[in-house]
Amino acid sequence: MFLKELRDYRYLLREIVAKNIKIQYRNSVLGVFWTLLQPLLTTLVLVFIFGKLFKPDPSVINYPIYVLCGRLLYEFYSQSTKRAMRSVTGSASVLKKVRVPKYIYPLSNIISNFITFLISLVVLVGFIVYFSLLKSPSNPPPSLTWYALLSPVPLLVLFLLSTGVGLILSTLAVFFKDVEYLYDVFCLLLFYSTPVFYTLKRLNGDGIMLLCLKANPLYHIVEMFRDCVLRGQLFSYISLLYALGFSLVLLLLGGLLFWKKQDRFILYI
Amino acid sequence: MTEPAIRVENVSMMFHMHSEKIDNLKEYVIRVLRHKVKYTEFWALQDISFEVARGERLGVLGFNGAGKSTLLKVIAGVMKPTTGVVEISGVVAPLLELGAGFDMNYSGRENIFLYGATMGFSRAYIKERYEEIIAFSELKDFIDAPVKNYSSGMRARLGFSIATAVEPEVLIVDEVLSVGDAKFRAKSEKKIQSMFDRGVTVLFVSHNTPQVRKLCNRAILLDHGKIIAQGAADEVCNLYDTMVKK
Repeated sequence: MFLKELRDYRYLLREIVAKNIKIQYRNSVLGVFWTLLQPLLTTLVLVFIFGKLFKPDPSVINYPIYVLCGRLLYEFYSQSTKRAMRSVTGSASVLKKVRVPKYIYPLSNIISNFITFLISLVVLVGFIVYFSLLKSPSNPPPSLTWYALLSPVPLLVLFLLSTGVGLILSTLAVFFKDVEYLYDVFCLLLFYSTPVFYTLKRLNGDGIMLLCLKANPLYHIVEMFRDCVLRGQLFSYISLLYALGFSLVLLLLGGLLFWKKQDRFILYI
Repeated sequence: MTEPAIRVENVSMMFHMHSEKIDNLKEYVIRVLRHKVKYTEFWALQDISFEVARGERLGVLGFNGAGKSTLLKVIAGVMKPTTGVVEISGVVAPLLELGAGFDMNYSGRENIFLYGATMGFSRAYIKERYEEIIAFSELKDFIDAPVKNYSSGMRARLGFSIATAVEPEVLIVDEVLSVGDAKFRAKSEKKIQSMFDRGVTVLFVSHNTPQVRKLCNRAILLDHGKIIAQGAADEVCNLYDTMVKK
C-alpha cells in the first residue's frame, strides 16, 4: 500500500525535490556555487581557529580534510532534519485542501538536502586533489586506497538516520511548536559532541563521558567516512553495525509514529 | 445501475474542543502533571449517509457551522472521519480555495507542474495541457513571474485553469464561481457548464440558492451536523430560503 502510494505520487516527490533545490539558490547571485562555497568557507574558519590557535591532534593525517569531512556530514544531518521538521507545518495550506500522502513532505526535504550535499562533495574532491598536488609536509595528502569506493556506505546510513529523525521531528513539530527551538539547542550540543574539529583521543574525559560520545551514531558515521577517504582503511564493522542498527530503529520508530499520528495532523496545523 | 461516484456511509466527525489550545511541550507537560488535559467533544458531522450518482450534481446547503466544510474535507480525503466510510471512484479535483498548492516563490509556469503533481498528475500529462491552461488563465505575459507578485485574482484564475484542465471525474466546488472579474466569471461558468455536459460529478457547496438552483439537480441541507432534508434542488432550496427568513 505504501509502495503503491509512493508510485502514484512519485511526480509530486520529484517536483518538490526539484523545487526545494531551485528555490534555495534562486535569489542568490552565485546560485548553486553556494553549495560549494559555504562548506569551503566554514571549513576554512574551523581550520584557522582550531588548526592554528589550538594545536590539533598530530595523529590526524590532514587536518583540513579531517574537518571538512566532519563538517559536510554534520551539516547535511542538521540541515535535512531541520528542514524535514518544518516540512509538514510549512505545507499546511496544501495539506488542508488536497489529499496527498503526508510523508512526501519530510521525505522530499531529506532527498533535496541529500542531493545538494552530494554536490558539495565536490569541495572534498577539490581538497584531496589540492593536497595531493601540494605535498606539504604539515598537511600530507590523504592516503587514497580502494577503500574510498566504500564511502557511499556511511552516506547511505546517514541518509537513513536523517530520514528517521526527520519523520519523528516533523510529527512532533505538528503537536508541539517549541520542538523547533529545543531541536536547535540539541543540534548545537550535537555539533560539539561529534568530533568535527577535534579527535576523541585528545579528550581528557573519563570513561563514561567517552562512552556517551561514542553512543552518538553520527560519530561512527563520520569516522567511517574518514576511514574511506582520509585514512584509506576499512572502517570497523562494529561502527557500521551500530550506526546502521541505530538508524534503522529510528527509521522504524519515525515511520510508525508518523503513520499513527498523520490523520490527526490536519487538526493541529 | 453503475456504482455511485461518491458514496458516504454513516460518516461522523468528532473534534476535541480544548478550552485552551495546547500547542507546546511546556504547557503539555504541565497539564499532564496536573492531570488537566480537559476537552469537550463536539460532533461536527453525525451519521451522514448519501450517494451521488455519476454525472449528478449535488448542492450542499447549510448555515455557518452546519458542517459543510468538514463534510467537504472528509470527502476530499483531507480529513479522516471518526467513524464511517467515504468511497470515491475517479479523479477528484478539489476546487476548495484555489491556489492552495502554489509556492509563492515559484513562477506561474513552475507552479502549473507543481499543482498538477499535487493532484497526482505526471509532468508529461500536464505538459499536454500546458498551452490550454495558459490560454484559459490569460496569464501568458506573466507566466514566468513569481506567483507572489500575482494579484489574488490572477492566482485564482491560474488555479481554476489547472484544476479544470485535468478533466476530473469528480469536482468539489466550494463557492469558487466568484473567481476574478465579471469577464472571467462568465468564462469559468461556461467552462464548468461544459464539464457538466461531459457528465462530471459535482459536489457544490454554497449559501447562494439561485446558484444552486441553476447548477445542481439535487441538494442536501445540513444543520448542526445532520442532514435535515434532501431531494430535488428546487425543493431543498425553497426550504433553505424559508429557514433563512425565519
